[in-house]
Amino acid sequence: MQCQSNYHGTRGGEEKLTIMIDTGNRIAAKAAIMAKPEVVAAYPITPQTTLVEAIAEYVARGEYKGEFICVESEHSAMCACIGASAAGSRTFTATSSHGLLLMHEMLHWAALARLPVVMCNINRVIGPGWNIWTDENDSISQRDTGWIQFYCSSNQEIFDTVIQSFKLAEHEKIVLPVMINLNAFILSHTSMPAEIPEQRVVDEFLGKHIAHWKSDIDNPTTFGNIIGPAYYYKVRRAMQQSHLRAKKLIPQIAKDWKKSSGYFHGDLLEYYKCEGAEDILLSMGAIGAESKIAINELQNEGQKIGLARVRVLRPFPTEEIIKLGKQANLIVIDRNISVGLEGVLFNEVKAALFGTSDIKATGFIAGLGGKDVTYKDIKSMCRKAIQGTSKAQEWYAMED
Amino acid sequence: MMRLKDFPVDECLLQGNAACPGCPATIGLRLVLKALGKKTIMVVPACCTSVIESLYPHTSFDIPVMNIAFEAAAAGASGVEASLRQQGRTDITVVAWAGDGGTYDIGLQALSGALERGTNFIYICYNNQIYSNTGIQRSGATPYAAWTTTTVGGKNELRKEMGDIILAHHIPYAAQTCISYPEDVFSKVTKAKNIKGPKYIEILAPCPPGWRFSMDKTVEMGRMAVDSGAWALWECENDKMIFNGKSKLILEKKIQRKPVEDWIKYQGRFGHLFRPQRDEKRLKAIEEYVDSLWDRYRKCYLGK
Repeated sequence: MQCQSNYHGTRGGEEKLTIMIDTGNRIAAKAAIMAKPEVVAAYPITPQTTLVEAIAEYVARGEYKGEFICVESEHSAMCACIGASAAGSRTFTATSSHGLLLMHEMLHWAALARLPVVMCNINRVIGPGWNIWTDENDSISQRDTGWIQFYCSSNQEIFDTVIQSFKLAEHEKIVLPVMINLNAFILSHTSMPAEIPEQRVVDEFLGKHIAHWKSDIDNPTTFGNIIGPAYYYKVRRAMQQSHLRAKKLIPQIAKDWKKSSGYFHGDLLEYYKCEGAEDILLSMGAIGAESKIAINELQNEGQKIGLARVRVLRPFPTEEIIKLGKQANLIVIDRNISVGLEGVLFNEVKAALFGTSDIKATGFIAGLGGKDVTYKDIKSMCRKAIQGTSKAQEWYAMED
Repeated sequence: MMRLKDFPVDECLLQGNAACPGCPATIGLRLVLKALGKKTIMVVPACCTSVIESLYPHTSFDIPVMNIAFEAAAAGASGVEASLRQQGRTDITVVAWAGDGGTYDIGLQALSGALERGTNFIYICYNNQIYSNTGIQRSGATPYAAWTTTTVGGKNELRKEMGDIILAHHIPYAAQTCISYPEDVFSKVTKAKNIKGPKYIEILAPCPPGWRFSMDKTVEMGRMAVDSGAWALWECENDKMIFNGKSKLILEKKIQRKPVEDWIKYQGRFGHLFRPQRDEKRLKAIEEYVDSLWDRYRKCYLGK
């Protein structure tokens, strides 16, 4: 990558670090194993497979001593994680695309049951037709399930976010499942260096898993029986309150992680060269990383433009978006679409701004079906938005 | 075999639960939990038992119960079992307790997966031959010609042979029993508790509102099912098949099974076979099916 972001710190102190140059999937697996979940249950799906295979290798080498359940479907993978979490264990799984969709019912279940399951989802296209490249409609369509959702843009961020997600999910003020999203192939299968701290650092940071409720023979309770409207209403409000608390806890946990490990990945958005910007580009995932190059070049050309990469989609960073809306016109690139409406980030950004700003917001749909989105494409979209020659919501580079 | 009078007096299913009067599931639950004791975690998918548990914040169970989605009992139990193994709590029995809809139909895949993986748990299907919690719809366990709200003129298809599907997994222990035989239920559950690996027990559970019979006849209805051969009591330990009680005598032709008609004529769900006139064709088909079932049992397990 050509650009340097002041967003990254450097790992300091006298800790022994290992540089691991590997794919996003294998670095995610490394992070998951270092978090020492007692139970991992997973089912293979391209392009998540190399993540599960990496876990199987840790099992074979005796480096992972937990339970690895090779279930017969993603639905059962999530059910097994739910069962294990409800019995008091730290749990992890990973999936992608149709696998995530098959889990849908149980995603709601895990969140409503307040079970801190941590999952990596490799953002992949939904069929038909069969297409294994990246787009974000799989996880976007799960955004109302109550899961906290991260979108990563580098392998280092994947590592740090997976570790932090266990801390966040299991935090007594949160107790919710967390989904870490990474783009198919662009991240899942691309080797990049990531600094890996010693196991001791992760152990000290996470501590032992403490279940906030569990099925316990010494304190027998019935979980999930029939519940009347009044209690159920409270259950939903409690979930919402936890999500709102997560907005403060996500950066706080990341600061704690930085103290012990050196890297900071933790704001709800990653701001890049936003100071003095009159236009700010909003994007997620791998497009967010590619956008930095576009921003550098546009600034060199004299444009006053910055980047705000949305790392956390749920809870939605409403307050941060409002701040951006007071500063600059917003350009949003979505690698997803809520069919019948528009790109989801574009839609939610505008909803956040309602009544607080009269700036111009321009939305682009780009990269669906895995269509490549390069920094040149991003520059072109930004120019069109700044010049005001794009439609309110435009399908970028669509050939009729 | 432990005698009924010697069963533990402790109850894990409490009074004041929300079951219908004459409910066979509560009879089954009492027997099963007497055999398993309090060191048990029960996983329950959507079924009548999720109602029997009563309304939050109350419960009728004195053991931990984890409800899970309809198709998910065996997968959820896999997770509980894995977690307990990590915690070194091998003294706790994990039991999935599901209805026939959650077993024969929507939960079949997860069940097959859990059996194939060697999950150390007991899966119990209480079979009332219908989706009763949703209001009497057909399931894969509903017998031929039975009325349900989705088979208004009677079911056109035969029931699925779940036992065969289970036995194809060659698990250490599988059994069929019926709530009308408490000692048989108790003995099979106790045996399953002491065997490592996946265990499957199916309990026939005659349902008064679902089968349309008087709520004081639940136990008799189960006995009549066994007497007629429409239901068989058997157990299969490490691929060795044994028939129990009257089913053994029927298998060995030491007694003749009673006509199925003697059983179904007391059930409103088969009323259309008798009124306004006898449906000889379907009544004959029912008897022929049960004969063919026993012919097959004899061929498989007696070699003749």
